[in-house]
Order: sequence, then structure tokens, then C-alpha cells
Amino acid sequence: QTLNLGRTALPEEIAAWDVAVEPDGTGLPVGSGDVLTGEDLWVENCAMCHGDFGEGAGAYPVIAGGEGTLRDRRPVKTVGSYWPYLSTVWDYVHRSMPFGNAQILSADETYALTAYILYSNGIVEDDFVLSNENFTEVPMPNAEGFYADDRVETEFPLFTAEACMADCGPAVHITRRATDLQSTPEGAVTVFAPDRPNGVADGAGAPEGGEGAAPVQQAAAEPEPEPEPAAGPDPALVAQGEGLWRQCRSCHTVGDNARNGTGPQLNGVVGRHAGAVEGFRYSPPMQQAGEAGLIWTAEELDQFLADPRAYMRGTRMSFRGLRDAGDRAAIIAYLQAHP
Amino acid sequence: TPDPLITDVQDWASATGEGVDATPYGLPIRFEGDVVRRTVSWLTADPISSINFTPIHALDGTITPAGCAFERHHSGAIELSKDDYRLMITGLVDRPLVFTWEDLQRFPRENHVYFCECAANSGMEWGGAQLNGAQFTHGMIHNMEYSGIPLRVLLEEAGVQPEGQWIYVEGADASSNGRSMPIEKAMDDVLVALTANGEALRKEHGYPVRLVVPGWEGNMWVKWLRRIGVTHSAVEAREETSKYTDLMPDGRARKWTWAMDAKSVITSPSPQKPITHGTGPLVITGLAWSGRGAVTRVDVSLDGGVNWQEARIGTQGGKYALSRFYLEIDWDGSPMLLQSRATDDTGYVQPTKDALREIRGLNSVYHNNGIQTWAVYENGAVENVEVGS
Repeated sequence: QTLNLGRTALPEEIAAWDVAVEPDGTGLPVGSGDVLTGEDLWVENCAMCHGDFGEGAGAYPVIAGGEGTLRDRRPVKTVGSYWPYLSTVWDYVHRSMPFGNAQILSADETYALTAYILYSNGIVEDDFVLSNENFTEVPMPNAEGFYADDRVETEFPLFTAEACMADCGPAVHITRRATDLQSTPEGAVTVFAPDRPNGVADGAGAPEGGEGAAPVQQAAAEPEPEPEPAAGPDPALVAQGEGLWRQCRSCHTVGDNARNGTGPQLNGVVGRHAGAVEGFRYSPPMQQAGEAGLIWTAEELDQFLADPRAYMRGTRMSFRGLRDAGDRAAIIAYLQAHP
Repeated sequence: TPDPLITDVQDWASATGEGVDATPYGLPIRFEGDVVRRTVSWLTADPISSINFTPIHALDGTITPAGCAFERHHSGAIELSKDDYRLMITGLVDRPLVFTWEDLQRFPRENHVYFCECAANSGMEWGGAQLNGAQFTHGMIHNMEYSGIPLRVLLEEAGVQPEGQWIYVEGADASSNGRSMPIEKAMDDVLVALTANGEALRKEHGYPVRLVVPGWEGNMWVKWLRRIGVTHSAVEAREETSKYTDLMPDGRARKWTWAMDAKSVITSPSPQKPITHGTGPLVITGLAWSGRGAVTRVDVSLDGGVNWQEARIGTQGGKYALSRFYLEIDWDGSPMLLQSRATDDTGYVQPTKDALREIRGLNSVYHNNGIQTWAVYENGAVENVEVGS
């Protein structure tokens, strides 16, 4: 009946890929980790996106807090306030985090980070040690907060009545308008509402052009000519740096659409004063260093990138650093290529 | 006056165009350059883990061209070659198996047209009308013809054990997005898809292999499919607990809300497709679908839901596929409040947003299938609005 296609998966292969952890602890490897070890790992690997205490940075998920907010208009859904199973934390951290550098954490490190996340949510004390043995005993505050889809029972009876076709209710009027919120991406559409002079090109006139001011991306446009590499950085190094850049890009951007995120945008950083990007809230030490005249020469950047927090105590850049001098040179060349 | 486009000999009527090999793989002509996916930058922290939207306002028929079909990535679109591809079946099976791309070519295949809708489609509209454009309110959807192997066939090859009541599917990318589903669905109509719209999947849609889970939320359509684990219960992974669960007004949340309920939207006129031709004949058109079966009818209202008329179905979509509807009217230039309302073959009638909010409140984020209203003004402009009496 079977086609006898494929081959038997080897135990080592199954061990490598079948790493899912289930609510009852199935799939957990032997190991343990404590809160304080987890805190160090957190600062090094997680804080740049999720904040020092799990409070979240930029638009990245908040991990801690939010207790008692699930009925609020703006609920804060965190591990403590929302997640029903601890296995989900361990499983997700272990194979999907850190963002941009997934699957680097050992089992013990994952236990330690999970312990720290529990601590930051006030679920355990700072001397707590999490292991495969006590894993299923940790109480999750919202464990009872979920139930299986009941739409068929609760909603279908309401929504399967014969559809009304005429005089289905009193006349209606507009109660809300998207134009009031102004959250549609700029340029994607222009609404010409006759009674709404604000933001309207010509209140009385007919709309011009079917697609408003949509950004026209010419599908068959000529590629941009490559800029002349006049005495620029070594292209091979730049290419190598581009590969390494993925470690940086969840916080930093370069290029045409660069904007400040968790970290400042980095166009032209090489040769510029420290702490100089407009609109970015630097740490006080970084700001002071800039005011004192620190220039990001290639040499200074090299030292900074080797171990950011040793180079500048108190910097908000929670990055463990690049140990390899060649990697640092490549990243710096990549930054030089974005003047 | 005579039209010079007719009376004068135009360049294209005199000189020659491009030769056959000018574009070995073609793109739309440059005049269609604004028919593109668009994102909403404030939605997510990072474009690597984000979503964009299908330009449904600019399309007709029901098949979505792959090049503008929405994308959702949790760790970016990866490059995984067919040579490097492996699919593993593990867990409660008699024979844990590894398949190569070549192996998969040798299984019998089926062809089906299905829609894929993100659970968060229209999610930004729970709190009120927010985004101006069908692309943004309803564009987390695409509809393609898939060729693939029924998952049932692969599971039978491995031999599912009786205690295997669930499967857990996950991708090969850095997010390793994983989802659980009951074995009944896996053995019913889930496809391991190898092509879409006749060609290999696009990178951003999971090349070389993605899962197709007809009628169910897009997050379960795991891309770069790497492993299928047969388990005794749900894994309760991050994307089925922390995300893709529906927070209700009492502070509890619905989970396992997999099926996408019946829904429709008028794609033209819409905020990105205002009426530019003045009064007279007007084609109103849109899309309708249901994750519980097939759409059986679509009604259109010009007055915000007080009176309705049945639209003409242009393309009747099958089970879990988009249908295209049309209503041709003679527009006298007066303002309209356009709505559409889908009914599916279970008898479910698409509800109003207010009816949904009455049950689910404002915090459920996902699965908003409420009726959409477009305000059409005298000058033909169109705006996303909500109405009340």
C-alpha cells in the first residue's frame, strides 16, 4: 500500500529536529539554570529588543508585567499575564530566539533564561533554579485563561438567520472615518472627501488619477547605476560585512530608508561624532562622549564593537560584541559603504 | 474634435516593439507599476518579521498573481534550495521518515484552488475604521492554484499510530514557526504544496515546499516545511498561545480558532479605486470567501445595510476558494454607503462588525470578518467608514 519512498530517519537526525516541548514537559532535555545566570544571558541576548526588565523596546514584544490588564482596552499580553504554559517559553526561546541569531542557546542557558523571565514576571524569587525536574510545578498565572474555539456553538446560531434584504433597520449615518486617524501609509491613497478640507487636495474637484499619489515603482525600470567605488572600502570586506550585518539589523538600519529604531540609523557613522543622530535618545554616557569630542573613526569603532559595554559603561547597546577582528573590519567596511 | 490617438499614426503603430527574448520571465508592463504589495510600517517592530498586503483593489477575477500575493514572515524569507531540502516525519509513527525533494516528486499529486487568509486580516479595524484602502483592510489574503501531495499520503507512508491524535508542523527558517492541528484535518484535505499557480512557490511563499491548510488561518500554512511530528496532544507553541488566540471581553481567550469565517469586501470602488468616470454605468465588484465551505451568495447594499440586492457571481469559487462578484448599477452621483455580505453553504451570513464586537469586544485582534463599509462621495472619492443609526 505504501510506495516505499523516502528513508528511515536516523536517531541523531530526529534528535536534531524534533525539539518541540509540550505542556506536560514531553521533549524537555535534562538540565537546569538559575535566575542570575539568566539575567546575564538576558542582558547579552535579549534586552536590546525586550528591555532590561522585559518591558519591551520599540515595538518588540513586552515579556514581563501586564498583570490584570486582559480586560483593559489596551491589554498587555506577557508571559506572566497571558501565556498559559511554561513549555511555550522554553520551546520558543530555545529554537526561535534570539531574533536574528536563533538556535544558539544550550539547554542550560534556556533553563536559565526561562527562570529569569519567570523572575521578571514576579512568579519566582531571585534564588530560583529551574530544571527539567521542577519544570511542570511552576504555576503560570493565566493557565486557566483559555478555552477551545466555541464559535460554532456561540456565534453560529446568531449568524445563520435568513439574511434581511429590505428595510433592515433605520437609516444610518457615518460614525467613524479612517481619514480621522491618518494611519494609512502615506502616498498609498488620497481620499477626496468633499466636506473635509483638511488633507484634501481639492475639496470640490473630482479625484485625479485612479490611484491617488501611489508610489509608482516602475516594474521594468532600469537598475540604479552602481556608484563609482572611488577610494571606498574593499568591496570583498563590504560583502562580508553585509553577511554579518544581520546581527545588527534588528536594531540598526542603513541605506535609503534608514530610520532610528531600537538603535540609531547608521548612515555615515564612520567619521562622525558619537551620539549625533538627530531624534535618537542616546544613553547619557554616549551623549557625553559625543559632546566631549569622540569621533567614530574606524579605530574607535573597532574597539567599541569588540565589547561595547566594556568600552562604554552604561551604553544602551546591549550587544555582546564581535570577538573576531576580521568580522569587526568587515562590519566597519560595510558601514563605510553607507556614507 | 477628432482624437489624435486615432487620427495620428502612433509610434507603436509604426516602429516595432520588443523581441521575444527581451524578458525571458516577464513582469507586468510598467504602466501597472503601482499594483504592488504594500506594508504598514507601524504594524511591526521590524520588516523582517512583518507582513505586507495584496493589492486586491487593483485585481480582478479570483486568482492572485504570485508576485503580488501578500507575505508574512517571522524571521524573513529564506533561500532554501531543492537540493538542500529535507522533510521529516517523526513522533507517533511506525517508520520515522526523511524525504528529499526528488522523493516528493514521486508521490501522486492533486490540484486545488484555495485562499490563504492571515488571521489578522482586518485586525486593525476592530477599534473602528482605520486604514484607507481594501489593500490594507482586507489584503492579507491570496488565492492560488496549488499542486501538491495530500498530507494523508505522506502520513500513511510513515504509518500513524492510534495514539497519534495531533500533528505538529514546523518550518525550516529561523522562526521555525510551528503549529498543531488535529489528525482529522491532516488526514482530510491538507496539502504539501510544491507549486502555486503552475510554477514553483516563490521564495516569500515558502519555496520549495509549504503546507496548505484549506479554510484555516494562514499562520498554519507553514512555509519551508521541514518537519511533521505526530503527537498525542497539541504542542501549544508560541504561535498558538501567545499569538493567534482571541482575547474576549471577560479576559479569557479562545484558542484553536482555526477556521476563517465567511467574509467579503468590495474591491472597487474602494479608497484606492475611486470613481473617476462620473455618473452613469458603474461596476461594483469584490471578493467573497468562507473557511467553512463555499460561498453561495453575495448581497450588496448601497445605503449602509438598510436595503440589499443580490450580486452576480462572476467566478464561483469552490470550497475554501475566493469567489468574484459583480453588481452593475446606474450611478446618479449621489453619495453611497457600500457594503457587501457573504453567505456560505453552511447558511452562515457574514455579520456586521458591531455584531461581532458585541460578542468578542475590541481586543480579539484576529478573525475580524465583519461587514466593511465604504463611503462614496459625490465626486467619486471613497473612504473607509463605519456607520450607525
